[in-house]
Amino acid sequence: MITVEGLRYVYPNANEVLRGIDLTIEDGDFVAIMGENGAGKTTLVKTFNGLLKPTDGRVLIDDVETKKASVAALSRSVGLVFQNPDHQLFCETVRDEVAYSLRNFGYPPDVIERRVRGILETLDLMPYMDSSPFMLSGGERKRVALASVLVSNPRHMVLDEPTIGQDYQQKDRLRNFIVQLNTQRKTVVVVTHDVEFVAECKPRVVLLSGGKITADGRAEEILTDGALVERASLLRPQISLLFSSVSGLPRDVIDVFTAKAVISNTVRGRK
Amino acid sequence: MRVFEGFKFTKLQTPIHSMDPRAKFVMIMVVFAISLLFTNVLILTVILLVQVPLIWLGRSIRRWGGSMKGGVFLAGLIFFMNLLTGSTFTYSLAMTIRFLALMSSFSIFFMTTSPDDLGLALEQAHVPYSLCFTFTTAVRLVPTMAVDAQTVIDAQRSRGLELDKGNFLKRIRNYIPILIPLIVSAIRRSIELAEALESRAFGLTSRRQSLIVLRMKMSDYLTILVSILLLVLAVWASIYAQLPSIEIPFQLPRLW
Repeated sequence: MITVEGLRYVYPNANEVLRGIDLTIEDGDFVAIMGENGAGKTTLVKTFNGLLKPTDGRVLIDDVETKKASVAALSRSVGLVFQNPDHQLFCETVRDEVAYSLRNFGYPPDVIERRVRGILETLDLMPYMDSSPFMLSGGERKRVALASVLVSNPRHMVLDEPTIGQDYQQKDRLRNFIVQLNTQRKTVVVVTHDVEFVAECKPRVVLLSGGKITADGRAEEILTDGALVERASLLRPQISLLFSSVSGLPRDVIDVFTAKAVISNTVRGRK
Repeated sequence: MRVFEGFKFTKLQTPIHSMDPRAKFVMIMVVFAISLLFTNVLILTVILLVQVPLIWLGRSIRRWGGSMKGGVFLAGLIFFMNLLTGSTFTYSLAMTIRFLALMSSFSIFFMTTSPDDLGLALEQAHVPYSLCFTFTTAVRLVPTMAVDAQTVIDAQRSRGLELDKGNFLKRIRNYIPILIPLIVSAIRRSIELAEALESRAFGLTSRRQSLIVLRMKMSDYLTILVSILLLVLAVWASIYAQLPSIEIPFQLPRLW
């Protein structure tokens, strides 16, 4: 469980980014943290694995206070995938890159090999196993970065803008993969601006604005509230815009699959 | 990444900030040259300490302190590498102080000189514009590199990297996962920047006119004159004068 109590964070240049955050993320929750640029989303998730220590308040990961634990110890239970893969890739091959964290955690070679192959297969990266990560496309590098964190099997996964630079098919695969992780009782926290991605995943949505939580609830409730969404510099999902402009259709539909079912029922009812 | 803070320009109204960049450059180059002339610990310490009032005048003591603190690791590396490769204790110490003096002088220059003024100074010295642009862009990218470096460190620590773990050599090796992504992203950024510039017709105009023309004041001429006189004096002293020195008779046995 991730517990955030009265969290304030002030950067050394006196910029107060988080101004009193209270948040509880239960094991197995799927949460999307959304908000305008500079709202404090990335700062908030960096406190989850102790990269940033709270100025005031506290963050607890499975009852361990992040102020009292090292980043290396916390990163065993909190996997954080950064936005830009180029900020972490450095090995000669994809295989070495993915094995890096396992080597840091001291796993034996046979376990490392098995886990690396497993995650590369899951993320469709086996053909690139012996390639240099620097020779891959942006989307592939992003998946290598994701694999390099997922391979250590952390209980809580935090993904910072995972959909940036991914084509629609990869985004769809990523969505399925995240849902699959979540069904394995892993906590998944996604920081994103991608409203359509969130609409299709339908997680719990936490809206941040000016370093404070302005809304916390089901995606269907938050993403259909025009005023809330606008305050967070986001746009409502296209399906929500369409459904709210046609009379007689429900207002809380945000994804294509539900929309298809609702429209089919409505059309069938009229016949 | 405090070390980079000491090379970042901040706009302030101080006598050092308002100096002409050319005069400041001559002054810094003289410090550079004098530092290279001597291997005397006392002289090098004086060169380092003489810079403190200038930094104080430029109201940059705190950032300078941060950058010097950040440079301690490299200074330590220089000291131990010299000692391990057979240099005397005094010589190793001199090389370390020389490094700090050089770092400090460049820190003063970059903290108090705007990249725009630097570019103008180079242009007015008839340096080709493409070179001026390259130089000023490199200076301007220092803060961006600092942010990148911190992000890379965060990303690798999130994968279990512990920078302070292990013996001296292991700690040096720990920096490989930081340096490679940093270099790769810098190269990627430079290629993207070059392409963006070319697609906006960079270099099409051969003759450029500047809106602002730098003019040296009397105090700038005086700075250049004093700097050159100091350099001449230092050259003379290094050849003819018997300067006081200290010698610590310690040397490690040769390892190979």
